[in-house]
Amino acid sequence: MSRSGAPVLSARALTKVYRMGEAEVHALRGVDLEIRPGELIVLLGPSGSGKSTLLNILGGLDTPTAGEVRFVERDLTRAGEAELTRYRREHVGFVFQFYNLIPSLTARENVALVTDISAQPMPPAEALGWVGLADRLDHFPSQLSGGEQQRVAIARAIAKRPRLLLCDEPTGALDYETGKMVLEAIARINAELGTTAMVITHNAAIAAMADRVLRLGNGRIVGEARPERKLTAAEISW
Amino acid sequence: MGVHTTPRPSGGPLLGEEGTDPVKSLDRKLLRDLWALKTQVASIALVIACGIGGFIASFSTYESLSFSRDRYYDQARFPHVFATVKRAPASLEARIRAIPGVSEVETRVVRDAQLAVPGIVPPMIARLIGHDFARHGGMSRLTLKSGRWPSPGAKGEVVVNNRFMEARRLALGVEASVLLNGKRERLAIVGTVLTPEYIYATRGGGMPDDEWFAVMWMDARSLAAGFNMAGAFNSVQLRLARAASSQAVVEALDRILEPYGSFGGVGREDQISHKILSQEINQQRIFGTVLPSIFLLVAAFILNVVLHRQVNAQRGEIAALKALGYEDRRIAWHYLKFASVIVLLGAAIGVALGRWLGGAMTGLYTEFFHFPELNFRTLPWVVASGVAVAFLAAFGGALAAIQGVVRMKAAEALRPPAPAEFRPLLIERLGYAELATPAQRMILRNLERRPVRAALTVAGIAGSVAILLSGTFWVDAVEHFIDVQFNHVQRGEVTVGFVEPRDRSVVRELARLPGVKEAEANRVIPARLRAANRSYRTALTGLPDDARLFRIVDRDLAATPPTPGGVLLTKRLADRLGLAPGDAISVELLEGKRVKADLRVAGTVRELAHMNAYLRLEELNRLAREGPVVSGAGLRVDRADEASLLARLKEMPAVAVVIVTRTLLDTFRAQSARNILFFTSILTAFAATIAVGVVYNNARIQLAERAWELASLRVLGFTRGEVSVLLLGELALEIALAIPLGFVAGYWLSWLIISLMQHTEVIEIPLVILPDTYLYAGAVVVAAGVASALIVRNRIDNLDMVAVLKTRE
Repeated sequence: MSRSGAPVLSARALTKVYRMGEAEVHALRGVDLEIRPGELIVLLGPSGSGKSTLLNILGGLDTPTAGEVRFVERDLTRAGEAELTRYRREHVGFVFQFYNLIPSLTARENVALVTDISAQPMPPAEALGWVGLADRLDHFPSQLSGGEQQRVAIARAIAKRPRLLLCDEPTGALDYETGKMVLEAIARINAELGTTAMVITHNAAIAAMADRVLRLGNGRIVGEARPERKLTAAEISW
Repeated sequence: MGVHTTPRPSGGPLLGEEGTDPVKSLDRKLLRDLWALKTQVASIALVIACGIGGFIASFSTYESLSFSRDRYYDQARFPHVFATVKRAPASLEARIRAIPGVSEVETRVVRDAQLAVPGIVPPMIARLIGHDFARHGGMSRLTLKSGRWPSPGAKGEVVVNNRFMEARRLALGVEASVLLNGKRERLAIVGTVLTPEYIYATRGGGMPDDEWFAVMWMDARSLAAGFNMAGAFNSVQLRLARAASSQAVVEALDRILEPYGSFGGVGREDQISHKILSQEINQQRIFGTVLPSIFLLVAAFILNVVLHRQVNAQRGEIAALKALGYEDRRIAWHYLKFASVIVLLGAAIGVALGRWLGGAMTGLYTEFFHFPELNFRTLPWVVASGVAVAFLAAFGGALAAIQGVVRMKAAEALRPPAPAEFRPLLIERLGYAELATPAQRMILRNLERRPVRAALTVAGIAGSVAILLSGTFWVDAVEHFIDVQFNHVQRGEVTVGFVEPRDRSVVRELARLPGVKEAEANRVIPARLRAANRSYRTALTGLPDDARLFRIVDRDLAATPPTPGGVLLTKRLADRLGLAPGDAISVELLEGKRVKADLRVAGTVRELAHMNAYLRLEELNRLAREGPVVSGAGLRVDRADEASLLARLKEMPAVAVVIVTRTLLDTFRAQSARNILFFTSILTAFAATIAVGVVYNNARIQLAERAWELASLRVLGFTRGEVSVLLLGELALEIALAIPLGFVAGYWLSWLIISLMQHTEVIEIPLVILPDTYLYAGAVVVAAGVASALIVRNRIDNLDMVAVLKTRE
């Protein structure tokens, strides 16, 4: 299924060079990319291919060395620290490999922490309902399994109704079964809420659930594919 | 570590066989760890430096003052026993010398007289002491500071205590005059001297009156002639054999002198200059013990928290070291070395600070205490014990922090620590969950999860508030004391003392003098009070029932008239004599007919100053078997006419002493202002060091522990400000809790210091702390907290957001 409309996010000739002491590391060497509203993109690539760097720039955590990145009409390339913070706060939902929940807050409160600073959020309980945790609202992270913690993180990411959901190795720290549950939650949110989603992984099997699969290698997009039949998370296996 | 070319048959490298290399590597790690935490290391070292510095300063000042005092007493042959008598024949000397234990006797004539120096309007008092300039020696030897000795036999030449000339900025050769037996006698000041007898020069009020009180030594024969004391003495000083009991000698001396109008003898401990000097010296010991203890405790706590964090962050490294074969002992020693370096750094700063501070404090003392030589010295034992105590405190804090991790099995240490467990707050468990936002709950739950650390943090900050209070309340206490003494007790602007008791009608004469709005007379008779086997030499004060210018006021400012039918005692005096209201008390008047009588204690009053015994004026006159006479008066004076009044009083032969309260207070305030400024500044800096040490280190540790969490929030779109609030909110809350607690602690600390000093009988320091002082202490700590927060804020701004996505804590 292909989505249409003006791109949510577009990148032109993105380059990122890190200076590591004497050496220069070219993490990105000219990436062009357009992400359409409602797309579910899977970004594949081995370690060091630059996929995290790309996600960081698209998510407003970092700025490119050269090239241009735009969110709808907004130029993120030259955005200052405060503007990037506002961008992340208003439009981006992040899901991390290690969940990054606040240990001193319950599931509901972890979500509320974000909805408290959003303009039109969904109620925390509703967001947790989306990820199937309606009965775990008042549990602390230390009382939840890894999969449950990651689903809280997804609820926290979507509760502010972001335009963009960025997931960095969301199943990386999880076992197979729980990993699949988490992917299901992401796919469902993409399908039912229409949230544009990008999932970074080095697990090629996950590509089968994407609208579009981008392969990154050595700082460049080396392949782009649109699966003929998009599988559900339940259907994929690795 | 060295590289092995041939593998050992027994396995990996063994420690010890490696030589010193592994130790060196570990030491390199130590230096890098220290460097990485340099600001924290510096802040802890500074707290330790304050502790050691305070200790060294106080104890070195204590040592310097005691040493200078003892050496001076020794060199100048300061007497052991002092007695005054109305008039005793010189022939008595032989009998006194025969008292067992007495090794030397010196008799002399001492008289107070009104002093006039051209150009100085307010009256001054000269204490004239007869001296044989032909035969220097004897006791309380004079040290010539400037000028020359009076020529033997030269009439009217005197030497004067050096400080008087300095305070008055007078030059040698100035012509002064005194009233000798109603006759004005010209005196030429030819030299200035120091004496162990007046290291602290006061007539007895407890305040230094260098500008108003001159001690003058003149030819013994001229003085005796001037006062009709030829062949007689009124002052005697004794030096005792090593093992002699001064109390037994005083009793024997009193018996000998009694028929001649003895005012009673005292041992050294009751000699006024010695008493004040010794009190001050002891205060140094109290300050030097109480305050540095707090600093070292706080330093131990901060070190504990910092090392705790350090070993937890280095669990992996510790596990690796264990796996490599390092013994627990060696690993523990590694972290103790971390603490040691901080202590040594603190000690280096502390010793320098202590020497500077001690030198400055000793310098301040030279304003009040006049030694020929007062050299500040730092004794090795003082430095050694200061540093040793700091090491003890630091090791205590460090060992508590590291023992858990060091004892841990290597495999266990390799695993990450279990995730932090939290639970709902107490207020939530009680059902008030809606009271807090998630952000507030984060703050509160973090506090609740580490109650001990939170409590100690609060205690540390409260400690700095307490130190500030206990160091700055003195201004309030002294002002309160002045207010009580000079606005409620002694309300006359001018106080006069008569040469001889006068008829009460003198009040009417005084009231007619220019500018006098009100005059009120009283009667003071030196007396010895006895109860069971205790006795105390003071005076009985007779006050009119309607006394307005000299009132008996307790520390709550309630005025009491003297109680009919008995003696009203200052509470401290009653305690010293072991007396309660209703008890019998023996009174021996030391003047006039020297009446002895048994009276009843009519009551006690908690006065701030002196050890007084009051009677109704009529009752005292009756007891003394004298007419309606008075010995002094208080005057309320119109400021505009003060100068002419003082000029008139100076001309009145009947008036021996004139004291102008205002000038006395001006001098006192001017002198103490500098001291107070000095000590307030020092203590403020010290307290701020503690506050910064506690707050900054806590903030840094919180930041280190929660960097991951806070950076995650930044990724989620939290601004720097919002994230800072989450981190610093906890500290703000701790400071907010600590300040009121610090107020309470400061009140008690001040109370403790006062009680430890309260063996003084001259005055009672009132525990008065005004709101402004609390405000100041709170403000300093808040400022220190804000400063620490700003330093940490910079680190919050630079949290690495990208890194947190890839690591788990």
